[in-house]
Amino acid sequence: MTYKLEFSALLPYWEDLAAGLWFTIVLTVLSTVVGIAVGTLGASARTFGPKWLAGLVRVYVELIRNTPFIVQLFFIFFGLPALGLKLSETTAAFLAMVINLGAYSTEIIRAGIEAVPKGHIEAGVSLAMSRLEVLRHIVLRQAFAKIYPALSSQIIIVMLGSAVVSQISAPDLTYAANFIQSRNFRAFEVYLVVALIYLVLAIVLRYVLRVIGDRFVKVG
Amino acid sequence: MSLVSIRDVRKSYGTVEVLKGVSLEVAKGDVVAIIGRSGSGKSTLLRCINGLETYQFGAILADGIEVGGIHANMRELRRHVGMVFQQFNLFPHLTAAENVMLAPTVVNKTPKKEARAIAAEVLAKVGLSEKMDAYPSQLSGGQQQRVAIARSLAMRPKVLLCDEITSALDPELVNEVLRVVEQLAKEGMTLILVTHEMRFARDVGTNLVFMHHGKVHETGKPKDVFAAPQTPELQQFVGGNG
Ligand SMILES: Nc1ncnc2c1ncn2[C@@H]1O[C@H](COP(=O)(O)OP(=O)(O)OP(=O)(O)O)[C@@H](O)[C@H]1O
Ligand SMILES: [Mg+2]
Repeated sequence: MTYKLEFSALLPYWEDLAAGLWFTIVLTVLSTVVGIAVGTLGASARTFGPKWLAGLVRVYVELIRNTPFIVQLFFIFFGLPALGLKLSETTAAFLAMVINLGAYSTEIIRAGIEAVPKGHIEAGVSLAMSRLEVLRHIVLRQAFAKIYPALSSQIIIVMLGSAVVSQISAPDLTYAANFIQSRNFRAFEVYLVVALIYLVLAIVLRYVLRVIGDRFVKVG
Repeated sequence: MSLVSIRDVRKSYGTVEVLKGVSLEVAKGDVVAIIGRSGSGKSTLLRCINGLETYQFGAILADGIEVGGIHANMRELRRHVGMVFQQFNLFPHLTAAENVMLAPTVVNKTPKKEARAIAAEVLAKVGLSEKMDAYPSQLSGGQQQRVAIARSLAMRPKVLLCDEITSALDPELVNEVLRVVEQLAKEGMTLILVTHEMRFARDVGTNLVFMHHGKVHETGKPKDVFAAPQTPELQQFVGGNG
């Protein structure tokens, strides 16, 4: 068996690769920021909110955690138009990722909130702080410090999982790879290179998350 | 007029009544020492005074505000009623100074610089000027508890509730905390403290309250009560505690 590697076959398509890479990065960053905001609200509602709201959040979390991401994505992109809600590929991809990370981070952050000693909450309340102030300044700060490693892992998973959005033709890195190999028929080289790009992306993301963690999420 | 007025307060957890009609008047400058067996309702009573627990019957007025009343502004109430806990409960992500500054900046909207000055002042009062920028994990238990006292003082409370604040400390660290409390008492701070330190209760207290089965069983001037306890229960309790 002799297969001659021809990486030069990728060169004419470097702009497609770069565009796909950029799309993946932007999609990941935006959906991470919004997804964690959703998770923070969700976890707060589950632990401190009224019963009906906590129940609603719980249903949302279970629904998302027990169904495949690609089905969630297809439902949003192909299913919702039946209800008259037609979204672009990019919007659908973004929404699916936010909803997905929102559910997982709700669970992760909730675990952190529940690990905060009740006494700290009582101390805050005794200092005349409102529930919201206690949540923001005492509970969430400690919760994030506790669960930051778990949250970081989840963000990496979401970044890698974003490859799935190529299935609805959102123009990400994997979509670019699919496109290029359909043109130059060099699947081996294309996917090898793209795999390496994902690998580097994951390593860089891990590093960036660690720097952010050391800088902003430390505890005493 | 009483600063804290507790009138026939009853409180149950489910069907178990733990406060069975407690009445107590605390005037400005009083140092009330509450003693009693485990489970007699001391903590529950204290926690009712600043609204950490609700009660079902009777009334508590603190600084003229009816605790838990439908129109009560609990935030306003808690600005005047401080509380220190057995388990220090310092916020681990904040330094000593930041622990002290948090409530003034968040609740009173005191500017950061001014809040830091308040922190310096109250931390000096508890003898911890050099530990302003230390995190709780870098402090001994006695130091942590003194920071917790300073944190309460920063809100300028009119009355300070202390629930067994030396019980979690190693014996050699108890005195440094008691000295701080004694100093506060001397300066005229109104204190309501649950304590197992009988000598401290006798020497520093202006009033002694012996709780038994959810009631104020015996009360009076500490020296009189300790010298001649009237009820057999207190006689036994004092005897048993040396
Ligand atoms: N959250 C709660 N739910 C149910 N029962 C409770 C609760 N908190 C306290 N109790 C019960 O109420 C009674 C009084 O408790 P409390 O903590 O006030 O006693 P205490 O005098 O402070 O005792 P100790 O000296 O052990 O601190 C006890 O029988 C206790 O088991
Ligand atoms: Mg107690």
